[in-house]
Amino acid sequence: MSKSKAIIIAKNLSKIYKTDDLETVALNNISFQINEGEFVAIMGPSGSGKSTLMHILGALDKPTSGQYILDGKKVENLSDDELSEIRNKKIGFIFQAFNLLPRTTTLTNVMLPMAYAGVPKEERFKTAEKYLKMVGLSDRLNHTSNQISGGQQQRVAIARSLVLNPALILADEPTGNIASAQADEIMSIFEKLNDEGHTIVMITHEPDIAEHAKRIIFIKDGKIIKDSTNHQRRRAAIEKEVLKND
Amino acid sequence: MIELWELVKESINTLRLNKMRTSLAVLGIIIGIGSVIALISIGQSSQKSITSRIQALGTNLLTVSPGSQSSGMVRTSTVRKTLTLADADALKAAKLTAVSAVSPEYSSRLQVIAGNNNTNTTIYGATSAYSGIHNITIASGRFITVSDYNSRSHVAVLGPTVVTDLFGSSSYNPVGEIIRINGLNFTIIGVTVAKGSSGMSDSDDAIYVPLSTAMKQLFGVTYLSSIAVEAVSSDVMIQAQNQIGYFLLARHKITDTTKADFSIRSQEEILSTASSITGTFTSLLSGVAAISLIVGGIGIMNIMLVTVTERTREIGLRKALGAKKKTIIAQFLTESIILTFTGGILGVILGILSSYFYSRINSSIFTISPYSVLLAFSVSVVIGIIFGWYPAKKAASLQPIEALRYE
Repeated sequence: MSKSKAIIIAKNLSKIYKTDDLETVALNNISFQINEGEFVAIMGPSGSGKSTLMHILGALDKPTSGQYILDGKKVENLSDDELSEIRNKKIGFIFQAFNLLPRTTTLTNVMLPMAYAGVPKEERFKTAEKYLKMVGLSDRLNHTSNQISGGQQQRVAIARSLVLNPALILADEPTGNIASAQADEIMSIFEKLNDEGHTIVMITHEPDIAEHAKRIIFIKDGKIIKDSTNHQRRRAAIEKEVLKND
Repeated sequence: MIELWELVKESINTLRLNKMRTSLAVLGIIIGIGSVIALISIGQSSQKSITSRIQALGTNLLTVSPGSQSSGMVRTSTVRKTLTLADADALKAAKLTAVSAVSPEYSSRLQVIAGNNNTNTTIYGATSAYSGIHNITIASGRFITVSDYNSRSHVAVLGPTVVTDLFGSSSYNPVGEIIRINGLNFTIIGVTVAKGSSGMSDSDDAIYVPLSTAMKQLFGVTYLSSIAVEAVSSDVMIQAQNQIGYFLLARHKITDTTKADFSIRSQEEILSTASSITGTFTSLLSGVAAISLIVGGIGIMNIMLVTVTERTREIGLRKALGAKKKTIIAQFLTESIILTFTGGILGVILGILSSYFYSRINSSIFTISPYSVLLAFSVSVVIGIIFGWYPAKKAASLQPIEALRYE
């Protein structure tokens, strides 16, 4: 195992949805660990439980049973307000539907998490400007979210996820609503962020998007069926080649 | 935590960014409050108009009429001649403690001619005391004086309705012109101010001539149709009624009060009948106001519920980005307070303005009760705040992912 710090430790996570007489197991006793600096893609067909896993990892939902430790902090027993604080300080969210405040400027959108964290106004403004510049939107500071393209909106969301320097960036189908040219732009921003040391967990069902990650976890029927690094995958591919040529 | 001032600025910003939503909510509150205030005001001003018109008849007024108290029976058809000028003079001379003025009167309808126009109106034989007792004010010229009475002069004071009937316009000043009543020429010496119809008699559709002239020359009678008596104050009406009653009984040498040949009615009785009518009016109005308050309240409730519920996703997002429950509730509460207070103040202004224009158009008394303003304002504001706060609290209590998924 790697010696670097664990950002996510999931032990026996289960999530069961109960309706009147039906029990749906969305997550079935999942355990894994993600360390600092990793870039992980979680893949799986729809209904596999990947979204549920994402929501639990993002402290947006609670597991039915099991333990979840985020950046050294046990999450499963926290109160509603403590969860808000965890999400605010430790997680940067990027959603498929961007989820920017409508009719609000990009600057205000990016400043929002800092307002909840109690950052002084001056500093909020400077930080937001810095990160919007980083995602290449310096000239869109005062545009409202409905005045810019989907790709640009997602870049605003990325800037928003970064402003409090979170331990984990969680992206849920970040390119799902974007044209492919712009999707590549988003992915190169992710790679750059990862190179700078950010830990990224990304959910996707598109193999070419997942290929940008260094590690891919496959989920099916609420269980991990495969967990491989880029390195392992490349070796497997070579071995396959070699066997074929033998 | 976000500071209060920043919270207020933030809320105003959000409200400004969502103009449609904000203006609909504010409009709902304006209509809710404005209609309640206007309705109550219109009702109260109508009520005041009715009361003041009845009071214009004179609240201290007692009317002594010939005939028995049981005037609803057989004797009503005959002309009763039991009250005379001597009775009135004796009443005046007696200086009863509860009585301040006595006005002997004779009235009957006659045809009146001025030039080519003629009209049928009530001719009042009056003394100089008449105008004071009946609250008649003179618009131009003068009323009948003691010397008119003594000299039986042929002078007449016209009500504004008669002026219109005879001269075409109520703004025409006919003082100095001649009219013919029953073949006799009368010089017009004055016109009265319009009092409005009181429902029972129209004091504007009348001609006043000296009582002496009326009795001797127009009608040829020796008796009166009534004696109007003014009491010292409205508190001594009963005393005045008793004093007059015993005095006239003694004068007419009647010992059995049930056989009295006259009756005394007070304006107070009329007023109490009227106030029971206005009482009904008031409860009708309260009903209308209560209903409009409920309707307005439900309107405000709906618009607040819809606008806040519509923002459940936004609440989910804010929570995902780290907003605590109380921060979200504080934000929505601040927005609701700003919204309802703005709408409330505008609604009060609208309500007052529309009642003012109503009273101007109907030339009724403009009246606003601070109680109605307070009631409408506080009920609407409380409803607005509760229904701005409650769905926000509900949404903020959801798991953020449920709120985010809300459609």
